[in-house]
Amino acid sequence: MSGQVFVALSLTPLLIGVLAAIACAVPGNFLLLRRQALIGDAISHVVLPGIVVAFLVTGRVSAWPMMLGAAAAAVVAVVLIEVIRRLGRIEPGAAMGVIFTAMFAGGVLLLEQSDTSNVHLDVEHALMGNLESLIWLDALGWTSLLDPRALAGLPPELTRLAVVTALVAVLTWLFWRPLKITTFDEGFAHGVGLPNTVIGLGLVILSAVAAVAAFDAVGSIIVIAMFICPPAAARLMTNRLETQVALSVLLAALSAILGYIFAGFGPLWLGFDNSVSAAGMIATVSGLMLLAAAIVGPHRRQT
Amino acid sequence: MAVTPLSVVPVVPASEDLAVYPLALRGLTVSYGQKPAIFSVDASFVPGQMTAIIGPNGAGKSTLLKAALGIITPLSGHVTVFGKALVDQRQRIAYVPQRASVDWDFPTRVIDVVLMGLYRELGLLGRIRRSHHDRAMACLTRVGMQDFATRQIGQLSGGQQQRVFLARALAQNADLYLLDEPFAGVDAATEKAIIAVLKDLRDAGRTIVAVHHDLATVAEYFDRALLLNVRRIAEGPVDQIVTPDLLERTYGGQLTMARMDPAQTAS
Repeated sequence: MSGQVFVALSLTPLLIGVLAAIACAVPGNFLLLRRQALIGDAISHVVLPGIVVAFLVTGRVSAWPMMLGAAAAAVVAVVLIEVIRRLGRIEPGAAMGVIFTAMFAGGVLLLEQSDTSNVHLDVEHALMGNLESLIWLDALGWTSLLDPRALAGLPPELTRLAVVTALVAVLTWLFWRPLKITTFDEGFAHGVGLPNTVIGLGLVILSAVAAVAAFDAVGSIIVIAMFICPPAAARLMTNRLETQVALSVLLAALSAILGYIFAGFGPLWLGFDNSVSAAGMIATVSGLMLLAAAIVGPHRRQT
Repeated sequence: MAVTPLSVVPVVPASEDLAVYPLALRGLTVSYGQKPAIFSVDASFVPGQMTAIIGPNGAGKSTLLKAALGIITPLSGHVTVFGKALVDQRQRIAYVPQRASVDWDFPTRVIDVVLMGLYRELGLLGRIRRSHHDRAMACLTRVGMQDFATRQIGQLSGGQQQRVFLARALAQNADLYLLDEPFAGVDAATEKAIIAVLKDLRDAGRTIVAVHHDLATVAEYFDRALLLNVRRIAEGPVDQIVTPDLLERTYGGQLTMARMDPAQTAS
């Protein structure tokens, strides 16, 4: 593949895939250790009503209002889950189950009741995203990376995900100690004056922001997979949180790159004509990595 | 006085000087739903002494500690630490939660847990220097765990885990130590090691308050005892408090324990 074709057709989907994977995998480490890993699944369901409401308000399919609607719905869901968990004194999984089913159902009803027949709002798009279509038509080759006019034509999803990934990285670095201490030992954390509730909510809201940005570009399958698979695989390969988070970033990026390549060329190598969904393949690769780590990882739970 | 009473009625006589007590509770009531877990408990813990909190399952022993630390918000009553509001005094308290309250499969090493005890000094981004590391190692040495510094915490026995928790509290260099069941499920050697460290702390003028469940060792290990069964039954020097009569009033035979629903009254 020549440089021109690669930069125009593959570079941006690859970068978007990698950034989406990393933005979800980093908070995923903490969610996993707090036994809240399913929050990614919950968020990708609850954003549906937010997207539909944003569409009803603005009357058209445009990215920023829908992102805002989705983010608002995610935050509402997160707060409701916390409220139910604390007031009902039930485990977080049950609280999530109640909220995300109810909100997803509400979204479906809204979608049915509103006139969306003439626009492209469908389940397939929500699941798979459209990673392959996020191409950079202004690019003429590697030199376009230095050309401001060509750079202006980058897909907006790339810019949004770059900002969100940077936000995730900076906040995780800044609040590393509070996150680690509150995740390990809430009682002790309280004793030294750390606000457990604020940190827990902050983590989940950051996860929601990452999920919504990634969801918009790559669909919910990657989001759900990346919150769980790279952190879980990394946990099985090390006994230190610092190493675990670094490894999860590597595994997430690797899943995105390998998944994209396999989706595009794998079927051709096997003698089929068509390529397959990159989102599906990326999630599958991350699942296979987790399987491999579960079989040969050096730090599987000792019994 | 710099306290924020939660109850409307002032329960503290103006003449009483709370500043002499490392920890003082007045009219403390905590409820998880309908039934109070502790009811209107007054207690003053004496400085430089080791006090055991004793009572049956569900008596509210852990709840008392958690309310004293502000982990649970009391329904009414108030807490002073060295005569001041808790928030101003956090750096003077070290809390050792029940060992079973955390997931020991957490991916971290023994030394990292002890370094958590330095969080108030290090803050968000303070660099861990050689001196911090040496202090953490010294704390591990005091509990006999210096050879386990780089082990993952899940690889330790129950007694070793409890010692690591104590080392983390030592790193906090506090004046008041609150321990929740420090001897639960630990081996005899660990029990001896922990009690030796606690007695050293007391001899250095620190105050120890521990939830304890072994009546046989109370008199040997502790200077004072607080008998608790939802309400305060009695408090004082162990030889006056650990008496058949008062224990009978605290435990009420085993009837109280049999009636308790363990899921509701886990303390």
